[in-house]
Amino acid sequence: MPSIDFRNERRRRAERIVPAILSACAGVSVLTTLGIVLILVTETASFFQMVPLGEFFASTRWAPLFEPRSFGIWPLLCGTLLITVIACLVAIPLGLGAAIYLSEYAPRRLRAVLKPLLEVLSGVPTIVYGYFALTFVTPIIRAVFPETGIFNALSAGIVVGIMILPMVCSLSEDAMAAVPSSLRDGAYALGATRFEAALKVVVPAALSGIVASFVLAFSRAIGETMIVTIAAGATPKLTANPLESVQTMTAYIVQVSLGDTPHGSVEYGSIFAVGTALFAITFLMNILAQYLAKRFREEY
Amino acid sequence: MEQRLSESPAVYGKSSGLAGAGGVPETLRDGEHRRVLRRRRIDWALHLVFLASTMAGVLVLAALIVDIVMDGWARFTPELVTNHPSRRASQAGMRSAVVGTVYMMLLVAPLAFILGVGAAVYLEEYAGRGRLSRLVQLNIRTLAGVPSIVYGILGLAVFVRWFALGRSLIAGALTMTLLVLPVIIVAAQEAIRAVPRSRRDASYALGATKWQTVSRAVLPSAFPGILTGVILAMSRAVGETAPLIMIGALTYVTFLPGKLTDPFTVMPIQIYNWISRAQPEFHELAAAGIMLLLILLLLMNFAAVALRNKFRGRI
Repeated sequence: MPSIDFRNERRRRAERIVPAILSACAGVSVLTTLGIVLILVTETASFFQMVPLGEFFASTRWAPLFEPRSFGIWPLLCGTLLITVIACLVAIPLGLGAAIYLSEYAPRRLRAVLKPLLEVLSGVPTIVYGYFALTFVTPIIRAVFPETGIFNALSAGIVVGIMILPMVCSLSEDAMAAVPSSLRDGAYALGATRFEAALKVVVPAALSGIVASFVLAFSRAIGETMIVTIAAGATPKLTANPLESVQTMTAYIVQVSLGDTPHGSVEYGSIFAVGTALFAITFLMNILAQYLAKRFREEY
Repeated sequence: MEQRLSESPAVYGKSSGLAGAGGVPETLRDGEHRRVLRRRRIDWALHLVFLASTMAGVLVLAALIVDIVMDGWARFTPELVTNHPSRRASQAGMRSAVVGTVYMMLLVAPLAFILGVGAAVYLEEYAGRGRLSRLVQLNIRTLAGVPSIVYGILGLAVFVRWFALGRSLIAGALTMTLLVLPVIIVAAQEAIRAVPRSRRDASYALGATKWQTVSRAVLPSAFPGILTGVILAMSRAVGETAPLIMIGALTYVTFLPGKLTDPFTVMPIQIYNWISRAQPEFHELAAAGIMLLLILLLLMNFAAVALRNKFRGRI
């Protein structure tokens, strides 16, 4: 019958067209990556036609907005590193401790309450953390160390640490939960306490996943923007003093794009140069984390 | 806990009584006993340390909420939503930002849904397990780790400049779509993977073609899972600030965007604007805005969890 033939024809056409449409959807994600790389490379290349490469890596002064201009990336890197290190000092011990508690100690019912609560922390927008850092954490720090400025690296670093805490905790806990219970039972059968079983059996067995979670959290802290923009200030400088105001790479990018920078100017180009550095660092970190999680995974 | 610790010597004594029936010297048993007691005390002390580090996160969450509600309660009024931004704190509201956020979501949700589910269906059902497919997977995982501000840079260069969309609603929506896409693809892939093989086989056995199987057997089963993922991704997009600052969402908008190419603002950007002012009155407004934002996110998360529970085990 002709009508059925027609439907079959339509069906066959759908079978041919649909995969093409779907693969185009998947292609968008590939194009996104290509777009990011292409734009960063071309715009950074044109930035380096205005600013010598040597100055970018050798100068220790970042002063793009006033004369005499200077584009040395180190102060921004230093600020970023300072914040990230503080954040990791907060997040890694707390996150690992919480992961051990949830995976090895917590009664099932308590765990069912605590785990979602910690996950709420990861859903809080960073702008909210920024407000919290500025209006809650900073006054406490200033009460303890009166010489602290309103904008300081410590407050931003602590709050960034809190932001990445759920990530460390939940990824480490996943890694520990993947350790087969026969290993744990073996330790208990030998008379180990829960702490000994956790420290000497579960954590070593899950180490690759745990370290991968640290690296991912580190990378997330480097890319964090709003908390540092709000609480750490806008003073690019080489300092290791957490009570001073610093500027991170991300905060600089925001600062420039808040102003009305004309397309093609040096400031506009500097966004991309800094963005390239940021992208390269976080990209390498993420690859490292994936490699760690895969390469050193113990197969049971 | 205290009780268990004081009980422990008795428990230990009993077991060692069994093991040491052959006559272990009393002194050695005492030393061993002390050691076990010490190990248990260490275990107990660290138990408390681990519990404390878990509670630290919970306490910070509580402090954050209390801090914000105390600051923002007085300004958490209907005027917050009905008034436009103003240079006078007493009259300022975030009407344009709330409307901007709603428009943004209405644009991003369908775009990201179609692209994300399309990509997930392709990767799960059509692409196979070849090298190219693995490369695309790796690419998606990598994109999920790219800092959001880099998406802002991409949006600025591609949508604002290259496509000449300007600092508009549509440029922001496209940037946000790219940002949430990896999250949605991964969630949709998981939901599709969870559909049992038997469902596909049953469909093929009835003579269905591949696309008929995917569209009428697989996708309906995976739909709740996909929707949950999309809602969670949207709740991330609602709170994103940095990429939209990059593409130039304005912080002072006293009108509602009427068409796609109009300038716009969203809630987090209006909040940022208020935070960055020195006067405490504006900080109160920011806190009230944050309350509204958090309530919105909470509702979205409730919806996602409710969906997941409703359809759990109903594949």
